[in-house]
Amino acid sequence: MITAHKVSKHYNQKVALDSIDLDIPKGSIYGLLGPNGAGKTSFIRIMNQITAPDAGDVLFDGVPLKPADIARIGYLPEERGLYKKMKVGEQVLYLARLKGLDNAEAKKRAKLWFERLDMGGYWEKKVEDLSKGMAQKVQFVTTVLHQPELLIFDEPFTGFDPINTNLIKREIKRLNSEGATVVFSTHRMESVEEICNHIGLINNGQVMVEGDLLDIRKHYKSGTYSFITKDAFELPAGENVSREQLHTGIETVLKLDSYPTELVVQLAQEKQLLGFEEVLPSVGEIFIDIVENGPKA
Amino acid sequence: MNNPILLIIQREFLTRVRKKTFLLVTLLAPLIFAALMIVPGLLASMPEDNKAVIVLDEPALLLPEKGTEQYAIDYLNPSEFDLDLAKDFLRTSDKDVLLYIPSGEGWDPDFIRKNILLYGKEDVSLELQGFLENLLEEKINKQKLLRQGVDPDVVEGAKTRVSVKSFTLGEEEGNDETSATPLKMGLGYIAGMLIYFFIFFYSVQVMRGVIEEKTSRIVEVIISSVRPYQLMMGKIIGIGLVGVVQFLIWIVLCATIYGVVITFIFPDLITESAMAAGPTPGINTPDLSNVEGLQIFDMIRSINFPLVLGGFAFYFFGGYFLYSALFAALGSAIDQEADSQQFMLPVTAPMIIAIVTAMNIIQEPNGTLAFWMSMIPLTSPISMMIRLPFGIPIWQVILSGSILIATFFAIVGLAGKIYRVGILMYGKKVTWKELFKWLRY
Repeated sequence: MITAHKVSKHYNQKVALDSIDLDIPKGSIYGLLGPNGAGKTSFIRIMNQITAPDAGDVLFDGVPLKPADIARIGYLPEERGLYKKMKVGEQVLYLARLKGLDNAEAKKRAKLWFERLDMGGYWEKKVEDLSKGMAQKVQFVTTVLHQPELLIFDEPFTGFDPINTNLIKREIKRLNSEGATVVFSTHRMESVEEICNHIGLINNGQVMVEGDLLDIRKHYKSGTYSFITKDAFELPAGENVSREQLHTGIETVLKLDSYPTELVVQLAQEKQLLGFEEVLPSVGEIFIDIVENGPKA
Repeated sequence: MNNPILLIIQREFLTRVRKKTFLLVTLLAPLIFAALMIVPGLLASMPEDNKAVIVLDEPALLLPEKGTEQYAIDYLNPSEFDLDLAKDFLRTSDKDVLLYIPSGEGWDPDFIRKNILLYGKEDVSLELQGFLENLLEEKINKQKLLRQGVDPDVVEGAKTRVSVKSFTLGEEEGNDETSATPLKMGLGYIAGMLIYFFIFFYSVQVMRGVIEEKTSRIVEVIISSVRPYQLMMGKIIGIGLVGVVQFLIWIVLCATIYGVVITFIFPDLITESAMAAGPTPGINTPDLSNVEGLQIFDMIRSINFPLVLGGFAFYFFGGYFLYSALFAALGSAIDQEADSQQFMLPVTAPMIIAIVTAMNIIQEPNGTLAFWMSMIPLTSPISMMIRLPFGIPIWQVILSGSILIATFFAIVGLAGKIYRVGILMYGKKVTWKELFKWLRY
C-alpha cells in the first residue's frame, strides 16, 4: 500500500529520517514502533503530505503520493483536537467535506457512526460541552468517516480512556477486516502484539527491522523454553531466566543452546511435565536486543 | 462546493458572523458613535448656568459694563462699601460672586492688574473667571493706550484679518480649481484612520484564529486534508469578509442614525447651517462662512472621488492582506496570545509610524516624507490614503500600488513558510532567529 524508498528528512542539523525503506502491505495492521523522537511522526507527516521528504520517494499503491491521495487517508494525529466552539455535527460535516465528501453523503454516514458508537445526543452539542471521552469518540468518527483505504493513528492510545481504547481497538480490527490498511505508531510496544500483524521498528531515524510480526519474533528467538512442572526440579547447565509459582504448577524458563529433548523426556517421566513451549521474544525485547547488539542477520 | 479554500472561508465567515458578540459589536458601535455625535450637541443646548456678579469697582474700571445674560454684572457703591462689607453683602445677597477691583495709588493699571480679587459662594467656574479676565484685560488695555495718548478706536480699526483664497493651478486656462485643503485633510485623515483600525482589528482576529487552532490542537487534523497555505488564505479571506460586512452594516447604520438625528432631534441644525452658509456682511468678521457657502460645491468637485474611493478599497484590502499574513505567521509561532507581545510591536510599528506622521503628511502631502511613506508597503496603505485626496501624480499611485502588491505576494509566501512550520511546533518559546530558520525548512 505504502512503499518508502530511501526517504530522508532533517530539520536544520537534526536528522529525523535517515534514508529509510519501509513497506506497508495492503490489508495489514502495521505497527510503526520506536522510542519517542525516533522519527515515527516525521514519517507519518510525510505520508499525510503535511511535510515533504528532503529526499526519496513515497509510493501509494505503486504511484508517487499526490495531493488527491489525502481523501484516501484517514489520520488521527498525536496532537489532536476539535474546534471547541463549534457544534459536533457541523464540525464532523466540515472535516468530512474537507476530505472531499459531499454534504448529504457525509451526513448519512455520520448518523450511522453516531448510532454505532452510541453518540445519539451529541449532534447539536458544542465540543466544549462534551466530556473528554465523548470528544474522543467524535475525533475517531472524523478520522474514519470518509472511508479511507489507509488509516493512520499516531499514538492512538495516549489520552484515550480504557473504554475508548478498547472501542478503538475493536473498530480498528473491524475496519481492517472490511479492507482498510491500518498504520499505527506507538512507543508502547506491549500494546502492539495483540493488534498488529506487521511491524517496523525505527530508532534514530533508521529502520532497525521490518516485516511480518510473527516472522520477526521467530527470527529473533533465542532458544528460550518454558517448562511447567508440578514440582521444582534441579536446574541443568545453562542460563536460567526465571522460576515462578503458577496455580497450575511451577514455570521454569530456561535459555538453552539446543532443543532440550532429553530434559523434556526426563521431566515428563519424573516431574509431571504439564506444559512445554518455546518462548518467542516480545517486541520490546527484540527492540532492546537490536539497540544493544544491532539487527540480526 | 468542495473547494477547500471556499469551505474554509465559509466556516471562518459563518462562525464569526453567527456569534452573539458580532451582532452586539456591529449594532452597538454605531450607537456609541452616534452618542458621541449627539451628546455634545445636547450638552450645548442645555440651559446655561447663570451667575450674578457683583463688583466693587473702586477705580470705575468696568463701569458701566452690564455683562451678559449668563453673567449679569451689578455694582456696589465704593463710597458705601469696603472689601469686608462687600464680602458680608455677598454672604447675605442672592449674588454668586464678588469681584474686587482696588484703585491703589495714582490709578496705576499695573497695580490694579495685580490686585484684583474674586470671591465666590461656591467654587468659581473657569468659564466665569475667564469671562471676567477677558473683560478686565480689554478695559485695562484701553486705559493703558489712553495714558500713552493713543486713541483705542484707531488701534481697533488697524486690526486686520486676512483670508486668502487658494487655487490649484489647472492644466488649462480657466480651469483653476478652488483649493479644498480642509476638506481634503479631513477626508484623507479619516480614510487613513479607518484603514488603520480595519487592518489592526481584523489582522489580530486572524492571529487569534490561528492560535485557537493551535491550542485546540485541531490544526494537524485540518492540514492532513488541506495545504497549510490554503488554510491560512481561507482564514485571511474569511475574516476579511467579516470585516467588509461589518463595515457595510456600519455605514448603512451610521447614515440612518445620522439621518434620523438630523431630521428629528436637531431639525434647526439644517436651517442654522443654511443661514450660516449665506454671506454675512461685517467689517471684522472673517469671510470664512462665505467661502464655505459658495464654494463647497467647487471643493467637493475638486477631489477626484473615483480615485479616492478606488484607492480606499485597494489600500483597505492590500493593507489588510499584507498585515494579516504577517499576523497569521506570528500566531502560528506562538502557543498562547500572551506570548504574542514580543512579536507584536515590531510588526505593528510601521503602522503606528504611519499614524504618527499623518499630520506631517497632511501638511505637506507632496513632500519627501509623504513620498517615501507612501512607497514603503508597510506604511503605504495609511500614508498614501492620507495623500490621495490632495491629488497625487498618477505614476506615484501606480508605483505604490505595484510595490504593495509585489510585497503582498512575497510576504504571503514567507508567512506561509513560517506558518507551515509554526503550526506544528508546540511548547516552544520561539525567537526571531528561529522564525528566520523556519523560512529555510
